[in-house]
Amino acid sequence: MTTFRLNGREVTVDVPGDTPLLWVIRDEVGLTGTKFGCGIGMCGACTIHIGGRATRSCVTPVSAAEGADITTIEGIDPEGNHPVQQAWREIQVPQCGYCQSGQIMQAVSLLKDYPSPTDEEIDAVMAGSLCRCMTYIRIREAIKKAAATARGDASNG
Amino acid sequence: MGRLNRFRLGKDGRREQASLSRRGFLVTSLGAGVMFGFARPSSANQIFPLDRSLPGDGAFEPTIWCSIAPDGEITVNIIRAEMGQHIGTALARIIADEMEADWSKVRINYVDTDPKWGLMVTGGSWSVWMTWDVFRQAGAATRTAMVEEGARLLGTTPDKCTVANSIVSAGGKQISFGDIVAKGHPSHSFTPEEMAKLPLKPASERRLIGNAELKALDIPAKTNGTAIYGIDAKVEGMLYGRPKMPPTRYGSKVRSVDDTEARKIKGYVRYLLIDDPSQVVQGWVVVLAESYSAAIRATDALKVEWTPGETIHTSERDIQDRGRELINNKAGGVYIFNDDGVDQAFGSAHTVMDQEYTCASVLHYQLEPTNALAFEKDGVYEIHAGNQWQSLILPTLAKSLQVPESKVILRSYLLGGGFGRRLNGDYMIPAALASKALGGKPVKLILTRSDDMQFDSFRSPSVQRVRMAFDASDRITAMDYQAAAGWPTGVMAEAFMEKGVDGKPYDQFAIAGGDHWYEVGAFRVRALRNDLAEKTFRPGWLRSVSPGWTSWGVECFLDEVAHRQKKDPAQFRLELLTAQGRNKGQAPDSVGGALRQAAVVRRLMEKVSWGKTNLPKDTAMGLATTAGQERGMPTWIGCVAQVHVDRSTGVVTCQKLTIVVDAGTVVDPDGAKAQTEGAALWGLSMVLFENTEIVNGMPVDRNLNTYTPLRIADTPEMDIEFLPSTEKPMGLGEPGTTVVGPAIGNAIFNAVGVRLRHMPVRPADVLRGLQNG
Repeated sequence: MTTFRLNGREVTVDVPGDTPLLWVIRDEVGLTGTKFGCGIGMCGACTIHIGGRATRSCVTPVSAAEGADITTIEGIDPEGNHPVQQAWREIQVPQCGYCQSGQIMQAVSLLKDYPSPTDEEIDAVMAGSLCRCMTYIRIREAIKKAAATARGDASNG
Repeated sequence: MGRLNRFRLGKDGRREQASLSRRGFLVTSLGAGVMFGFARPSSANQIFPLDRSLPGDGAFEPTIWCSIAPDGEITVNIIRAEMGQHIGTALARIIADEMEADWSKVRINYVDTDPKWGLMVTGGSWSVWMTWDVFRQAGAATRTAMVEEGARLLGTTPDKCTVANSIVSAGGKQISFGDIVAKGHPSHSFTPEEMAKLPLKPASERRLIGNAELKALDIPAKTNGTAIYGIDAKVEGMLYGRPKMPPTRYGSKVRSVDDTEARKIKGYVRYLLIDDPSQVVQGWVVVLAESYSAAIRATDALKVEWTPGETIHTSERDIQDRGRELINNKAGGVYIFNDDGVDQAFGSAHTVMDQEYTCASVLHYQLEPTNALAFEKDGVYEIHAGNQWQSLILPTLAKSLQVPESKVILRSYLLGGGFGRRLNGDYMIPAALASKALGGKPVKLILTRSDDMQFDSFRSPSVQRVRMAFDASDRITAMDYQAAAGWPTGVMAEAFMEKGVDGKPYDQFAIAGGDHWYEVGAFRVRALRNDLAEKTFRPGWLRSVSPGWTSWGVECFLDEVAHRQKKDPAQFRLELLTAQGRNKGQAPDSVGGALRQAAVVRRLMEKVSWGKTNLPKDTAMGLATTAGQERGMPTWIGCVAQVHVDRSTGVVTCQKLTIVVDAGTVVDPDGAKAQTEGAALWGLSMVLFENTEIVNGMPVDRNLNTYTPLRIADTPEMDIEFLPSTEKPMGLGEPGTTVVGPAIGNAIFNAVGVRLRHMPVRPADVLRGLQNG
């Protein structure tokens, strides 16, 4: 039995401890916004937040999540209106969309560390997130837009 | 499973019962969405925007393509797959514009298979081009019916009415489409012949087509986790499956299976030997478990011994050598062009240029691994999966399952990337057969990435031999273009092959692009079918199909000719794009012919100040231009790539891509730009970052640890421009891919004088070129 908090709710699952968190979230809990891409932590489609840090859920055993605070794409904003999500819609970033949950989770995490990211910082942090539709130009643009929105919100109190 | 009754057809057999939620059951726990984030609407998930549902009873359906409900909601039926091109939004604009609909009332419905839809295929960059006429006609039919009934309700005649924004007006009175349906009795339905005669709006009165302000209806769901892909489809009680992959694509026979270790995995259920009557899937063992993670482990633990197929030692080089052998044999192949005088011109030529270009195998790596959910209910097999060519795989599934085609239905889902992989629906077969073996029980088969790459229907390696004859004054007198590759259409869709000038069928998707629009004197194009490739793997259609590699041969070769003749490569192309004879073009698809390609090149030269810039050392521009996908549907496109070559490492850096496109009318300007961005970066990825190699009968790469598509940091600056046009819209999903490879190859030559004739370009090849130069 493993217990953790998922999007603010306590969850207990009875699965082998080495089960990847990805499959626990998708199949045991039933939240499918987090995606399976490579299974080896190299595409970023499965990115979630554990303790606020972007983490690849496909290579994270559920046992490591004991007591942790986990957020998925479904939980970053109650209305789906996180500044990053808004920017993603305004810039029309997604094409097929399959990687975009992971891209958004990674971008949200990036903006915590770099509130005003440069292209180099964006490239470095987002390098682990593969977009096969290659929406990269728009990802860069949307991250900058979200950063501006977030800063604006903060200064406007 | 009682909820599956929801799938019954409505009484008229034309529309599904609408008042019932269609896919609410797909969520494991209906409460999960509410508990853990925001609620997923219980409405069907393949309708966008997501908060809408199918129209209830009483909707008016003037054609099968759309309906108007009493509340004014307009549903547009989309038979194309949504895989990132926002195709539903683009197509809905066409029909809604023509019917004068209020865009805020429009929703799109991605439909399941039904014979009434006709050919269900999403590929070749065809969707807008194929749908343009029929959706404008269907829109006109709807508008006509609304005006007729609106006029009656307003007490006037149709000729006195105007219509805009879902409102019919006459003499100061007005009535909405919704009220016309609610209060009146519109009943006018149209045959295709009647539809074709209806008057269409002039381009100047379009409000939705070409409107840059509209947003894609599918995008919001792709930003909050609510978008449902094939891999997300679930039904109660399903088992999870994963294949144990055989050592060769074909011909491997299972000798023994030992599940002693697999049985120790919690959740392991059993294994199944897949015997496919269609012979598409050979030598598979499918492992079933109660969860997918258990299926992954149990498959790893299962021990299977095979007698491998005959291609167990075949390599990429064997296949390319076979291609060369076919090209060098004068017999065989199919002639696409074979003008009189080619042999005479080469026989009497003052000089001949003769070069070989090769392109490596490329894997799809669509981010959602192939998967399918299959079950049987009341004698009908339902396959839930994302797919690009339902009409192609459905008969094969029927053959595999040994049931009539009417007993198979494919449910549509979003595709986590298509790129041509899901034109081939072979991944549905083992899911269907596993379900059949269990008496119709639901089976969710998912390939891990490594399984998916071994089973990929990848881009065949190819050999091109390009020859040109010149007379004593260095004028071009003839061209001979030959290409050998595995033929995807030959293997998977033989009936779709075109006929050559010799009457023989050939795969247009394994030669198109070789049949370019330049004036080159007597012209011969011959397509060779690489039988060893087809024995070894299942050649696939991959983004931009043959124009993604024939352009490497044609456009690099033309640059070589230009340099040999000491001409500017762009100017040289303009001299050949004169629109004579077959290159004049014809209405409605290629009006203007090669002159439109020339116009693209001129605009490109202007944009980049071609030949007038002073770039740093080892930095240069290169140009390439194509007619996009097929001569019958040309998207005129040109690209200038600016690269820097590091002489010490051989690393090529693409600094900027400038692209000019004439695709006729652009229906969705932002979507067109997005498609061209993505397609161009695919081109860049295939020339500098990704490729594979066949080793021992299989692609050697199995995941991102060795397969390395372009990432964000490799993305150059891009400048994309569409030339204004009101001609018929052509395709945009692929043309951007065609021009980038040769533009990079030509830029490398301009930067450091090294001519590379193999794609991809690797630093080692550049270094070797520099040393030899």
